[in-house]
Order: sequence, then structure tokens, then C-alpha cells
Amino acid sequence: MVAWSEQERSIIANLFSNLDYEDVGAKALTRCLIVYPWTQRYFGGFGNLYNAEAIKMNPNIAAHGVKILHGLDRALKNMDNIKETYAELSVLHSEKLHVDPDNFKLLSDVLTIVIAAKLGTDFTPEVQATFQKFLAVVVSALGKQYQ
Amino acid sequence: MSILAAREDTEKSENSNSRDFLLLDAMLSKKEKKLIREIWERLTPVAEHIGSDALLRMFASYPGTKTYFAHLDISPGSTHLFNHGKKIVMAIAEGAHNISDLMSTLAPLQILHAYQLRIDPTNFKLFSHCMLVTLAVYLGDEFTAVAHAAMDKYLSAFAAVLAEKYR
Repeated sequence: MVAWSEQERSIIANLFSNLDYEDVGAKALTRCLIVYPWTQRYFGGFGNLYNAEAIKMNPNIAAHGVKILHGLDRALKNMDNIKETYAELSVLHSEKLHVDPDNFKLLSDVLTIVIAAKLGTDFTPEVQATFQKFLAVVVSALGKQYQ
Repeated sequence: MSILAAREDTEKSENSNSRDFLLLDAMLSKKEKKLIREIWERLTPVAEHIGSDALLRMFASYPGTKTYFAHLDISPGSTHLFNHGKKIVMAIAEGAHNISDLMSTLAPLQILHAYQLRIDPTNFKLFSHCMLVTLAVYLGDEFTAVAHAAMDKYLSAFAAVLAEKYR
């Protein structure tokens, strides 16, 4: 089980309570598809991904980005039990969606950068380290059921 | 890394250098090179702030990286940290000035890293990520997805060139 200090719990709670899911979720997924174009392989049915402009204006991608971001809520609510919390989603990503788990790290890096752009200097090195720890635990849990 | 894959022999020759230049040129479009060049030109006046910020982020998120700095004072605001951060940013900015020439621009730093510093190249990825975060913090919305993509490619290429003489 992962250990969280009071400070870390507070940083994570704070970050999510001020999060604009509609904005950040959409931006994170579109940015991931632009910065790491091979990730587009999972979005064949989502419409026009022809270039950066098209991806940014694609409503399906935006909506899906929000959905993914809300997927982090369950970790937020179960910080002491993240591995078990994501068992079902891990099976889904492996068995049904067939997503290479390396992609989770790509998206989490991009999400970090989108939030950094939004929060500016409030996204201190300490906040970044805590957020990255949180994401790393989620990423690890999501990859756990792959076999 | 395609640049390294193209080098079949390790002997320096004009031909193999120009092949590498071509690969690096192919990775980045004219537009991307311009974007990268402009961003670093804007940031050179605050090089020590950008550099120290990225380093501090790296030390906070990846404590193992601090082992390379046991001989310096890397506390926030220290002179050592500013100087070192500035050094790194100026090298990245110089490379950005003429990306096609990256191999020759970085030749002295290649020797330094391979034979003296011997920093494990995994750390270059960690630093690059933190530099992207710093750029996002300082440039906000201006650090667009397209700029991010270009910068990520440039920093990857920079790191690969830096590690090129390791073995």
C-alpha cells in the first residue's frame, strides 16, 4: 500500500477541488494526440484527427478527455486503496480496449503539463512531485491486471 | 532513436555527420525549428530562472537525480543552482539557434558528458520532462500543443546527441 503524508493528501485534494474538468480533460487528451500522434490509433471512430486544428476542435475527443479525467476521481476518493479501485478498469483497458499500458504514462505526463500551464507558479515543484506520485500510482494500478 | 541507428560506424566522417544532420532536419519542420528558436530566444534573458526552476522540479520529483549534485548547494535560490541552471539553458538555447548543426555545437559537451560527468542518460528524459513543465508554467497558453510537440522532439534529440559518445 502506498503511504501518503497529510501534506500530500491536502495537495491532491486541493488540486482536484479547483480543477476545471471540462477544460483540462479536453486539453489533456487533445494534447496527447498531438504530441504523441501514435496514440491516435485508439481513436479511429472519433472523427476527424487529420491535424492539430482538427483534433483541438473535435467534440468527441474533448468529451472523452473529460471522461478520462473523471476517471481519476475514484483514486481521489480511495487514496489508500488505489490498486483495488482500478482493478476493473485495468481489465477493461487490457481485455476490451487493448491499450498499451505505456500510453498511461504519456497521458499522465501531458496532463501534468496542461495543469502546469493552467496553475503557473502555483504548480510548485512540491505540488508537481505529489501530483506525479499520485498519477504514477494510478498508472501502475491500471497496468496491474494485464496478462 | 533514429539518429543513433543511422550511425553504423563510430568513426567520424563528413558523410556520416551529414547523414545525421539530415535525420535531425527531417524530424523537425521549418516551422517547428522556428518555434523552438523563438521560445529559447525569449527565455535566454531569464536563463538562470528557467534552468533553476527545471532543476528544482527534477530534484523534487526524482530525488535520485540529486546524487549528481552532492558537490553543489542546490537549495532554492542558491548561486550554484542559478549558475548551473543558466549553463544548461544557454546550451539548449545555443543548440536551438541552429538545430541542423546540433552535432557540432554539442561536440564539446558530448565529450564532457561521456568521459567526465557520465550522467546516466535516463536522467536526460527526467530533466526534459521537468523543462517542459517549466515552459508550461512560464509560457501558459502560449505553450501550445504544437510548441510542446516540437520542444519535446528537440529535447529528445538534444539528449540523444549528448549521450552519443557514451559507448
